[in-house]
Amino acid sequence: MDQILQLLFTGIGIGAVYALVALGFVLIFRATNVVNFAQGEFSMVAAFLMVVFAVDLQWPYWLSFIVSLAGMALFGVIFNLGVYYPLRHRTFLPVIIATIGASIFLANSVLAIYGPAPQVLEGWFETPGIQLGPVYLDSQYLLIIAVTIALVILNYWFFEHTMLGKKLQATSQDKEMASLLGISVSGMIMITFIYSAVLGGLAGILVAPVLFVSIQMGATIALKAFAATIIGGFGDVTGAIIGGIALGIIETFGAAYVSVPYKDAFAFLVLILFLVFRPQGIFGERVAEKA
Amino acid sequence: MTAKTQDAKAQDLPAAAPVHSTPLLLRHLPYFIVAAIAVFAAATMSFDGYVLNILMQATTFAVAVFGLTVVLGLCGQINLAQAAFFGLGAYVVGLGTTDYQINFWICLIGGSLVALLAGALLGMSTLKLGGHYLAMVTISFQQILTLVMINAIWLTHGPDGISKIGRPALFQSQQSFLALCVAVLALVGYLVWHLPDTRIGRAMRAVRDNELAAGVAGIDIFRTKVLAFALSALLGGLGGGLFAGGFSYVSPDQFSFAESIVFLTMALLGGVGSPIGAVIGTGLLILIPEWLRFLKSIPGLYLAIYGLFVILIVRFMPDGIWGFVQDMLTRWCTKRPAAMTSPALQLVPAKTGGDMVLEVTGLSKHFGGLKAVDKIMLDGTDVTDMPPHQRTAAGLGRTFQNIRLFRSMTALENVVIGAERPGNTLTGNGGQDALTERALSALTFVGLGPRANELVSSFSYGHQRLIEIARALAGNPTLLLLDEPAAGLNSTEKLELHDLLKRIAAQGLTILIIDHDMTLVREAAQHITVLNFGKRIADGESLAVLQHPDVISAYLGTE
Repeated sequence: MDQILQLLFTGIGIGAVYALVALGFVLIFRATNVVNFAQGEFSMVAAFLMVVFAVDLQWPYWLSFIVSLAGMALFGVIFNLGVYYPLRHRTFLPVIIATIGASIFLANSVLAIYGPAPQVLEGWFETPGIQLGPVYLDSQYLLIIAVTIALVILNYWFFEHTMLGKKLQATSQDKEMASLLGISVSGMIMITFIYSAVLGGLAGILVAPVLFVSIQMGATIALKAFAATIIGGFGDVTGAIIGGIALGIIETFGAAYVSVPYKDAFAFLVLILFLVFRPQGIFGERVAEKA
Repeated sequence: MTAKTQDAKAQDLPAAAPVHSTPLLLRHLPYFIVAAIAVFAAATMSFDGYVLNILMQATTFAVAVFGLTVVLGLCGQINLAQAAFFGLGAYVVGLGTTDYQINFWICLIGGSLVALLAGALLGMSTLKLGGHYLAMVTISFQQILTLVMINAIWLTHGPDGISKIGRPALFQSQQSFLALCVAVLALVGYLVWHLPDTRIGRAMRAVRDNELAAGVAGIDIFRTKVLAFALSALLGGLGGGLFAGGFSYVSPDQFSFAESIVFLTMALLGGVGSPIGAVIGTGLLILIPEWLRFLKSIPGLYLAIYGLFVILIVRFMPDGIWGFVQDMLTRWCTKRPAAMTSPALQLVPAKTGGDMVLEVTGLSKHFGGLKAVDKIMLDGTDVTDMPPHQRTAAGLGRTFQNIRLFRSMTALENVVIGAERPGNTLTGNGGQDALTERALSALTFVGLGPRANELVSSFSYGHQRLIEIARALAGNPTLLLLDEPAAGLNSTEKLELHDLLKRIAAQGLTILIIDHDMTLVREAAQHITVLNFGKRIADGESLAVLQHPDVISAYLGTE
């Protein structure tokens, strides 16, 4: 029982990271109708930026954190202009392929600069964690969970109660009409990419002390976040978060009770099982379409 | 068909009709001569080991890239696991010939079939959903397979890989094996080159261009996609099996996700639309890194450049090198319009079932909620719950309010797909010539026969609508549904449309039109049903309905 509680905590913690990245996926998907396959690389790039500032340059942790996130905002702008924007009038296939190209480019550019050895980034807190009854609560996981909850609330407020959020929603639902109403569609898409890059970056920085900072972290996180989006639902932000946490728990228990080397395979198996047996559970609209 | 077009573009050549295969093979004799010379050269020229390895890699990779030509180029579905299928073929040959001492040929066939099966299963699980899912699921499959190759040591030997892989008795030397690979490449290349002009190839292109219209033209979209995907996996497996034989050694890192991206880049760079593009892309991407070997001294740099290439190709050369060359060629060589004749279009609406062609009971539709239709009977068949292609097979022909043609095809090819409607009895044995003749008759019937070989994108809006009607007519439907056919037409075009409708009706085909152009409705319809806010306000013979006071106040206007 103690072990189960402990695993549950770890699962929720790692799931929260998937949820943050999944959120970035969903936002870009809703704004542009394409899945950004370089979403995981956003996290990887941010984690390496942290390594540059906090480890290599020995800047204070909080300053490195802010500068890294600012760097990610800039990165979102460059990514949009370099990868998505030139292809915005094409079908989704070229865009997917371009984002995959970007993902390969980013991961391997970092590899060329930093080499294959994983980097170590320390956590935010000095204290490693607290013992709460039988369960040991790792401070970094606590931080991850807290930030995720805060972001979910912020996200809700932003989309439902601000003018900018409303404009973003309008853009994602009908670009043509939004632009006729005087909303700058390319501006909104730019904001989405910036927001999504910062979110992905935040996830990367938060998870970096738990995992190692490595080239592969982006691809692994992105695939799991995508699986989370499918479990939870593509059109819906809440679904992505629930899906992410569910996946984190499944994976942690799978690794503990089934097999460690195949830990990463669980997410994919769940993904394929969902697609086969519950595709109608993904989109509410699909059922109606079939009738 | 009496006159055959001899255009510069290969895709216009009529495809293999089973009965007349000899002249076709004769016409393609040059291809086989070149292929034979290539095989002979591979077998007899003296290469050093380095060149031999490069050629071996290029040939076996190209077979796998042909798979991407089929699934991505022809059918428009993404496959990011080609290295996994390649690996499946390679591992079956590797393990089969070493651990289990099975004959090479059996292993090669087995490996291809394992890949085919994996591809079919993967496709069936995902292809009902959109392309993003397929992309993600193929990546997942790729990752799982890599994990298995590394971790299931009892089966796969783990990270060490498999060495001393066998070759068939006749092709023991590496060079003779290369000749075999070149021969396989030539054969597969020939088949892939001709696939677009076969029935299934046309179906794939139709699905790529416009899924909705493909379904309505009678194509089983899901089956077509799964077939394209499975075929692509099969070619991946075949290439992988040959690769294993050629190099006698395989290990998991040769079949990683990065390798799938390399395959994708090869297909995109050369041009995903044609096997020639696949060969160009594969050749270049195997040679260029050899010339730029120094890049490999820094890990990552080489793949980073690959990634950048992918973005740049997609952005600036969407059709790849070969697509670019083809574009230049078509610009330089003007097409000679070929005179074509065809018999007049016959429409023989089947009447087998009930007394009424279309019977709808308890129809109600709610937007944004559950859609409920009690029963729709078409010529005695209940079509209520059928997917579009089965309805079409049951005898339905239709057009769309917003035109849905297969945009990369000629008018004739569009209509040929219509003529291929399952259940169409007027195309004889279903051979290529009969289909083309039928399609040409339909195009002539709507007045566009002389322009049959032009791309649909070069037609005006009104003419595109006529092509859509011809596509429906070519299938000899029992019932023709026209969804606002007059929308967007000018007054001359409307007159032509009216005349066309009369000529169709004269042949006994029932037409159901939904339109609010009252002039057209008044002149064309014999029976009118008027709906206002979803309620039926009048139903009956045309003249009576048009004088009904409710109809006048709702649609015609009162004083």
